[in-house]
Amino acid sequence: MRDFSYFRAASTEEASRAMLDAGAMLLAGGTTLLDLAKCGVSEPDTLVDITHLAGLGDIAVDANGATIGALAKMGEVADHPGVKAAFPAVAQSLSLAASAQLRNMATIGGNLLQRTRCSYFREPGVFPACNKRNPGSGCSAIGGVTRNHAVLGTSRACIAVNPGDLAVALVAFDAYVEMGRRRVAIEDLYMLPGETPDWETVLKNGEIITGIGIPASVAAKNSTYLKVRDRQSYEFAAASAAVGIEFEADGKTVRDIRVALGGVATKPWRARAVEQSLIGTVLDVEAVEKASRLSMEGAVSHGGNSYKIELAPRVVARAILTMGGLA
Amino acid sequence: MTIMETRKHGDAADGMVGGRFSRLDGKLKTTGGATYALEQPVKNLVHAVLVQSTIAAGRVVAVDAAKAKAAPGVLSVFTPEDDLGLLVASDWFGNRPDNQPFHPLPREVSFNGQAIAAVVAETLEQATEAAKLVKVSYEETQSVTGLDDPDAGEGRLVDMLSVGWGDAEAAYAAADIKIEAEYRTPREYHVPIEPHGLTVKWEGDFLTVWEPSQWTHGMARTYAEWFDIPYENVRIVSPFIGGGFGSKAMGYTYSAVAAAAARKLGRPVKLAVTRPQTFTAYGGRAATRQTIRIGATKDGVLQAIVHRGASETSVFADFPEQTGAATPLLYAVPNLSTQHRLVPVNTVTPGALRAPGKNPSAFGLESAIEELSYAIGMDPLELRLRNYADHDYQSGKPWSTRQLREALTVGAEVFGWSRRSHEPRSMRDGRQLVGWGIGCGTFPVLKAASEALIRILGDGSVEVVSGAIDMGQGTYTILAQTAAEVLGVPAEQVDVKLGDSSLPGATVAGGSMLAGAITGAVHKAATAARDELIGLALNDSNSPFRDTGANTLVIADGRISVPRGEGPSLTLAELMSAIGRDRIETQRNTLPEGANGPEDHKRSWTTMANVQGPTAGDLSMHSWCAHFVEVKVDEDFGTVRVSRVVSAFDCGRIYNPKLAESQWRGGIIMGIGQALLEEGLIDERFGRVINNNMGDYLVPTNADIPHIQVISVGIPDNDASVLGGKGVGEVGIVGVAPAIANAVFHATGKRVRDLPITLEKLI
Repeated sequence: MRDFSYFRAASTEEASRAMLDAGAMLLAGGTTLLDLAKCGVSEPDTLVDITHLAGLGDIAVDANGATIGALAKMGEVADHPGVKAAFPAVAQSLSLAASAQLRNMATIGGNLLQRTRCSYFREPGVFPACNKRNPGSGCSAIGGVTRNHAVLGTSRACIAVNPGDLAVALVAFDAYVEMGRRRVAIEDLYMLPGETPDWETVLKNGEIITGIGIPASVAAKNSTYLKVRDRQSYEFAAASAAVGIEFEADGKTVRDIRVALGGVATKPWRARAVEQSLIGTVLDVEAVEKASRLSMEGAVSHGGNSYKIELAPRVVARAILTMGGLA
Repeated sequence: MTIMETRKHGDAADGMVGGRFSRLDGKLKTTGGATYALEQPVKNLVHAVLVQSTIAAGRVVAVDAAKAKAAPGVLSVFTPEDDLGLLVASDWFGNRPDNQPFHPLPREVSFNGQAIAAVVAETLEQATEAAKLVKVSYEETQSVTGLDDPDAGEGRLVDMLSVGWGDAEAAYAAADIKIEAEYRTPREYHVPIEPHGLTVKWEGDFLTVWEPSQWTHGMARTYAEWFDIPYENVRIVSPFIGGGFGSKAMGYTYSAVAAAAARKLGRPVKLAVTRPQTFTAYGGRAATRQTIRIGATKDGVLQAIVHRGASETSVFADFPEQTGAATPLLYAVPNLSTQHRLVPVNTVTPGALRAPGKNPSAFGLESAIEELSYAIGMDPLELRLRNYADHDYQSGKPWSTRQLREALTVGAEVFGWSRRSHEPRSMRDGRQLVGWGIGCGTFPVLKAASEALIRILGDGSVEVVSGAIDMGQGTYTILAQTAAEVLGVPAEQVDVKLGDSSLPGATVAGGSMLAGAITGAVHKAATAARDELIGLALNDSNSPFRDTGANTLVIADGRISVPRGEGPSLTLAELMSAIGRDRIETQRNTLPEGANGPEDHKRSWTTMANVQGPTAGDLSMHSWCAHFVEVKVDEDFGTVRVSRVVSAFDCGRIYNPKLAESQWRGGIIMGIGQALLEEGLIDERFGRVINNNMGDYLVPTNADIPHIQVISVGIPDNDASVLGGKGVGEVGIVGVAPAIANAVFHATGKRVRDLPITLEKLI
């Protein structure tokens, strides 16, 4: 680890200014930053510490929705009664993520910006070719061990999976992030890798996520997050699904349904084709399984990850059927 | 089925042998008071960081260390250019080539992740940063990256591992029922929670090494030979070890690098191997494949087993992971043939990982036996009992003790096996398929000599002193119990000093042989100390026992008295005071008379040349176990959860049930990891393990572990050891993976023959 300077920002404005310097990085929970610094991916010149800034850790839930400060801890949000009641999928996505120790340290803002677990990305001394780390250098993962790589949203330049759980639930329920006064839909926060996988979000230079908002909806209140993985705990998703459903007054016909996938795509993946095919229908097992397969439209296998194309629709279907009382 | 019948007094929770006595080192460890090797405070310390190769095969053409040397705090960069002046050390059996130079940072690269340079700096951070600046140029050559590499070939037959009797091929061909299948296990790693590394200091020609060690004396010999200094000049200090599982029983190349750097620089050096580096700084379990053919009659009587196995090794050294190790032992079979091949590939030389050989061997055989049970439609428990081996067919010798039948029947009863329906996919819990499976295991009794020193001090306390180690299995505790029982004092009154090669000699903590060896030495030394104390008490002119007319005395509960209770009764402290002694000291070893000279000691404590195998005498001696496992499978997702385990063990007499049960559970948990999670993922383009960290190389979490019930069905085996115990540590993992694979088949009808059973293999 090389030397770096440490700057304790007195306000978000001051932090934003400090972040304009190339080589500056934010220090919040530090769980991703320290990890990446140790494996040589992050080499900050300056750490801009925002951990102590007042007012950025609040969690508020009312009839309109939830607002959550960027510095709220994953564990605090997961355990918040208001979040659990109005957005069960959001709370579950957090409690199923990482470990208890990490959830107690990691912040919501940092969670949204966590980097991929691609093994090739994480060993710069061994795999110099990585377009995400070093634009134009190539992709070491393609042709390698791809069991945990993306099948959706990939490009010739990058197949790294977005590892998040929370962002998947947020994408499903039209949440947004706030960078001071600028507001961006979560779905628009993340960019597809295309030819520039080093650009991961639409954050501008010096912009700091200050909070997130989740609009209340019946679908969000009637929601679940299903995460499938080999290990019972402390593992990233092989495939996951955030699903919420609002039924018509008859209690059977789907008025609104939200479906998003994790563990399979280069960004949190909203499956609108699945949603569209089920709106206005009465759920049954066969129709749900058929619709769920639409989530894999455009999916590309890279060998070891081909099982995800089979697995993910099953996860989606189970989550939908669970919320529809059919599982 | 209880071991308590061997006890003479006391209850199950006391500190006598057989008592459920808590770990003496437990409080130190849970409160952070135990100092591990890399925490050793040493003044004037500098830090070494390894640079590992990034190609699988070839040659280091040049190392450009200019930038690294110019970086802040850097003292030196060691590369293949540097002759560190070392000599090749002996192998485990004491064989050593004469004056052959040893280059721990070689020019020839034999595997990806091989240490080829080291940077030493004032701080760890400086050395880490400078290590990134070392530029290595290679001339790459063709590599062979694993067993499946088309260039790997079928490997070299290891003649000494071929076992056979009868005519297995003919009997198989003639059998009514035949099954044949290939089983595979991947590279697996120890991942102890304490990573590897060392702190090393020279004082003239004297070397002190603080390094986690499963064998202080053996490793001291290695250092002495590397540096061509007397054995007595080396001191390995290893009082606490954060898990070894076979990986900490020898000095590795990085150990030599750290010690050589310390000598060159004239300063103590600490070298901490990073977690990613541990995946190639020493070897894990080799990948294996084996084909098993079993022939049987229609009613399930085995006629023949034909076994052909192979394991990978490095291109420069042989380490056979013996796929046929358990095959000849578990069942009565009139015709058998096993062969094992070694396939050199570009990997670090594999090493011993909990139950080497027996573990993958049992995965093959115990999977195949259940495949046979379905082929003939017989309950797999019944099939196992029908083919129960009443003696060792391989050696022809009787078993010393073999309570495997009891393990199977008691385990089955506690598990509720009779409620099983044999048909695959016939048991459910809601949406989940339920499956039950059995896996048997075995591990040989290995016998070795050891030495111990006992001191009875003036205050009546007792010291046990040995260079043996405790890596969590409980050596401190059972030695206190052993001495306490012989000397009639509470175990709390016994202080045990371990983990230092300057202390009396002990064999390796490996092959489940240390407990049997070292309790024997402590028992002998403590008995001698007791005899000496009683002799003094009867004969010393100042002893109150001198005129009692007694011809012996008894010691119990910390007091010494005449046998029938008439006459004086003194505490040990009172007696020591009366006879004017501040200590009684006895040192004894378990080597035979006539082979007990200094050379015998060195050979016994520092090599494995004198270790006796399970059939060295007239009997065949082994530990045994039977695991009963329940799994629940979500078939849509392919996810397997182990929901229940009942395992019954025959490890002879149990010295401390609390510790033995903990070791068995640990082995079972490791087996669950092996069955469902653990696999080194190799990028075949580079021959590199890419999940070289604990975020990607998965071991079980608490959430993956169900209730595990362990049962002892052993009886004392006084042929196996002085106190009647057989090995405990290794056998626990043997048979777990096949039990799970068998349960998965029973649940789903899908037979997974290559570990681990990950979800994509079941969807």
